Amino acid sequence: MFSNNDVLETIAMVQKEHLDIRTITMGISLLPCIRDSAEETATKVYDLVCKKAENIVKTASDLSGEYGIPIVNKRVSVTPVSLITASFPEKSPLIGKALDNAAKTLGIDFLGGYSALVHKSTADYERVFLRTIPEVLASTERLCASVNVGSSKTGINMEAVKMLGEIFKECAQLTKDKDGIASAKLVAFCNAVEDNPFMAGAFHGVGEADTVINVGVSGPGVVKHALEQIPNADLTEVAELIKRTAFKITRAGQLVAKEAAKRLNAQFGIVDLSLAPTPAIGDSVAQILEEMGIETVGGHGTTVALALLNDAVKKGGVMASSRVGGLSGAFIPVSEDIGMIRSAEKGAITLDKLEAMTCVCSVGLDMIAIPGDTPATTISAMIADEAAIGMINNKTTAVRIIPAVGKKVGDEVSFGGLLGRAPVLPVHNCDSSKLINRGGNIPAPIHSFKN
Amino acid sequence: MRAVVTVTGKDRTGIIAKVSNFLWEKGANIEDISQTILGEYFAMIMIVDVSNAKCELAKLAEECTEMGKQIGMTIYLQHEDIFNAMHNV
Repeated sequence: MFSNNDVLETIAMVQKEHLDIRTITMGISLLPCIRDSAEETATKVYDLVCKKAENIVKTASDLSGEYGIPIVNKRVSVTPVSLITASFPEKSPLIGKALDNAAKTLGIDFLGGYSALVHKSTADYERVFLRTIPEVLASTERLCASVNVGSSKTGINMEAVKMLGEIFKECAQLTKDKDGIASAKLVAFCNAVEDNPFMAGAFHGVGEADTVINVGVSGPGVVKHALEQIPNADLTEVAELIKRTAFKITRAGQLVAKEAAKRLNAQFGIVDLSLAPTPAIGDSVAQILEEMGIETVGGHGTTVALALLNDAVKKGGVMASSRVGGLSGAFIPVSEDIGMIRSAEKGAITLDKLEAMTCVCSVGLDMIAIPGDTPATTISAMIADEAAIGMINNKTTAVRIIPAVGKKVGDEVSFGGLLGRAPVLPVHNCDSSKLINRGGNIPAPIHSFKN
Repeated sequence: MRAVVTVTGKDRTGIIAKVSNFLWEKGANIEDISQTILGEYFAMIMIVDVSNAKCELAKLAEECTEMGKQIGMTIYLQHEDIFNAMHNV
């Protein structure tokens, strides 16, 4: 049984410290929807998604009311669309449109899975599919895309990396009147996971059951508040407290995930232990690091503080949930974290430091605005660098970067809502085009051969 | 099925009367009450059985909070599982 203090603590977490279930994401397999023509397939896709997820919004609202914990986002992830459209890749946008319409019908904010898995090499139909991404993301509202360009087992597909540099630029160009929003809906991955509930990188892996509920919990504010109570504790105690706090947060997620799966007639997939910030004050991962004792995030010591945080969150979370998965690590998106935004405005955080931070946490260079005139090959080189970190360290890394068309360092892009706003950060002006134009594959690292 | 009702706010007369009357009207049975006053601050935690409640739990929770606003108190009603999950290993 719980004590009165336990009750009051939970209520304070929700009311004052932004404890919430960040997302309930239903993974839906689209494989049964494949038909001879793109038109028929699109109709099937729309019908299936609308049917499977028809109660997701209501169920989330019921659970939120019963347990007294906000459930912020209701989302759907689907089988990578490039697999569904392999026999008519040039018509992939039809499926994209159908999915976007389904998301609107369901009343969910994002649907992920306009994706391709090309971590070893690119098939002809995938090459065609990849080229449709900018147009599709620019002409849809809620659809998200991702591309897996490498893995620890396969190495890095540099042809796909090169294409993605161009695709990010094209996405930004096509939506330049909206600050390049299309590029904020695209993620380049290395070691993409098949059960990620978080957008924009969510897709439903082919190894999954046909309908699955994955839940992402969150609570940077709760962790920060807990740390404020022990301002002079040593770092062993800090790690211990984060662990205990993560345990409680994750248990809430586990409860909601199991109940949601039951009510939605789906399999309970995983709980993702990521600490995900929002632009709201007091809901920032950066501010946890600052609470630990770094004046401004980005300063020396940021990487070690993040490493401690990320590891302690996992240790507490693993104990709390029967099935952990997804990305499970602290997120450090620049535009979505008020602490990061402030640091970027002060010039305290740079792309180089962000890259270093991604070595010890999930997920990567996330929601970072860069000057619009950055060459595509430089963006590709950033993607390749991140992919290398993921490949060598057996972890997921990603790039979601926004080339701010017509803007330069010091300007700002603003999307509002959960996507927030980001000052344009400087990139190195050295030419990386020769490396990128070489193409080919980066071979898998020696330590991947474990058989 | 049990739920936890928490009532907090500035102390005044009739809080327990109002809350318990409201719960009675909704078909919830009070099983346990603990209540303290800290200075002028009133805090009460009730365990209630809602198996025979006249509406769904989410709706009942919403109505509880709404009723709280009318008497100037902050009231939450939540399924007990959330506390069991978060505070028990």
